[in-house]
Amino acid sequence: MTDLPVDPIAIDVGQVLQHTETSLYAQLVTRPTGRAVRMAIETRLHGAGPRSLSLIDFSEVAILDFSCADEVVAKLIQRYLEPDPHEAFFVFRGVHEPHRDQVEYVLERQGLLAVAETAPDTFELLGERSGEEERAWRDLERLGYVPAPEPGSAAFPDAPEPVWLDALVRRRVAFRSPVSGRVHALSHLVQHLL
Amino acid sequence: MKVVSVPGSLDQQTVDGFFDEVSRLDAERTLFDARHVRWVDPNGMVALLVAGAVAGRGSEERPRLEPPESADVTGYLARMGFFEQAQEVFEVSKRSGRRPSAGGSDVLLEITRIAANADVHAVVDRVQRGAGEILSSRLGYPPSAVVQFSVILSEVCQNILEHSESEGWVAAQAYNWARRLGRYVVVISVMDVGRGFRGSLGDQHSARYGDRWGDATALEAAFLHGLTRFPDSGRGQGIQQMRRQVQRWNGSISVRSGTARIAQVPSWDDSPPMVEHLAPFPGAQIGIVLPAKEG
Repeated sequence: MTDLPVDPIAIDVGQVLQHTETSLYAQLVTRPTGRAVRMAIETRLHGAGPRSLSLIDFSEVAILDFSCADEVVAKLIQRYLEPDPHEAFFVFRGVHEPHRDQVEYVLERQGLLAVAETAPDTFELLGERSGEEERAWRDLERLGYVPAPEPGSAAFPDAPEPVWLDALVRRRVAFRSPVSGRVHALSHLVQHLL
Repeated sequence: MKVVSVPGSLDQQTVDGFFDEVSRLDAERTLFDARHVRWVDPNGMVALLVAGAVAGRGSEERPRLEPPESADVTGYLARMGFFEQAQEVFEVSKRSGRRPSAGGSDVLLEITRIAANADVHAVVDRVQRGAGEILSSRLGYPPSAVVQFSVILSEVCQNILEHSESEGWVAAQAYNWARRLGRYVVVISVMDVGRGFRGSLGDQHSARYGDRWGDATALEAAFLHGLTRFPDSGRGQGIQQMRRQVQRWNGSISVRSGTARIAQVPSWDDSPPMVEHLAPFPGAQIGIVLPAKEG
């Protein structure tokens, strides 16, 4: 059995928008449009098994307003933080300068955290977090993964404190393999989709 | 027939007095006499439509509008699409003329009616296509500013649909405020004839304010604290974000609702941050001014 029982999928928000009945336009604006796009994404995740990792790609979206950022980023994350048989992880791609402010604001307002590609090949943690969480996430990002601690073995060099790794996993910005107990950086898991 | 004399200069400085006069109208049919209008900006144009809509309420007949005598003003109104919208609100006397092309002008957004989400999409689409050039040539904003400008317009237009439960209008234009500021500005006006901030927030929030609840406290609650009638914590961010972005551009934003007007005032503007005891007027009226970058 593989260490990673998830098969990351890419979801192009621009394409989802075009296929959303409520919108004949190319911009991700107005709450009903955002809600329709979020529901279309949720429908895709519905058949993805007990856990999923999705690369939500905003690269083809020219305008993202705050209402849509709230629906397609904040509410999407929130929906899967609730006790649910489905464990969902997200990486948001194309959160470049025009969209960054909107995404960052809605995450902070709702006390959420997300991994986002904010420039080509640059990933950042956006949203409300502590300094310890930020440092742990950066260390994990640099290492790619951290093995599960084994009794009697030396600690993994420069590995973040387990307590902060747990916090990252709980907040869905790091993935712990149910097979090996390794904690993986989400950006590394979606590399092949970029 | 009651006659309302439209001020010769109809803009953000004079709309409150104009609305005060309209609020005193009774059910009698009204004639809006705009013959002597010499200057009108997006606030003035949209205010005239809103005033007509209010005056026509509860009446079988639409109010009459006597258009400006000045060919320049009439031409400008036509270019902004005023007369197309006015046909739905007023019985317009002749002289309104054809709509000249807006091409090559400083019109960012002709007067657009907002009655459904599709209208918000249309506004954003239109602004995306044409506003970038004006924002960069007139205001010196970077090319990416068109995105934030579109986001502001989207949020402010959605405010009409989500909170007023009515319809409204939006317009935007660039001007050279040579005397007042010595720079170009973009003026955005968004107004509706709905239930206003006090009406929108009352059911959820009036109890906690007790006797203090009124138009001014409702405006403070929404404008300063982001309160909304929706229990969802993701709501109420539109106005907050508009304020933040307008501040980044050193602009001003003001909102009149009912008997009060609240404003975020930059250093170049001497408007008061709060005005109370205006005549009660339906809906909400939002004005935004974005100045050119200095230097």
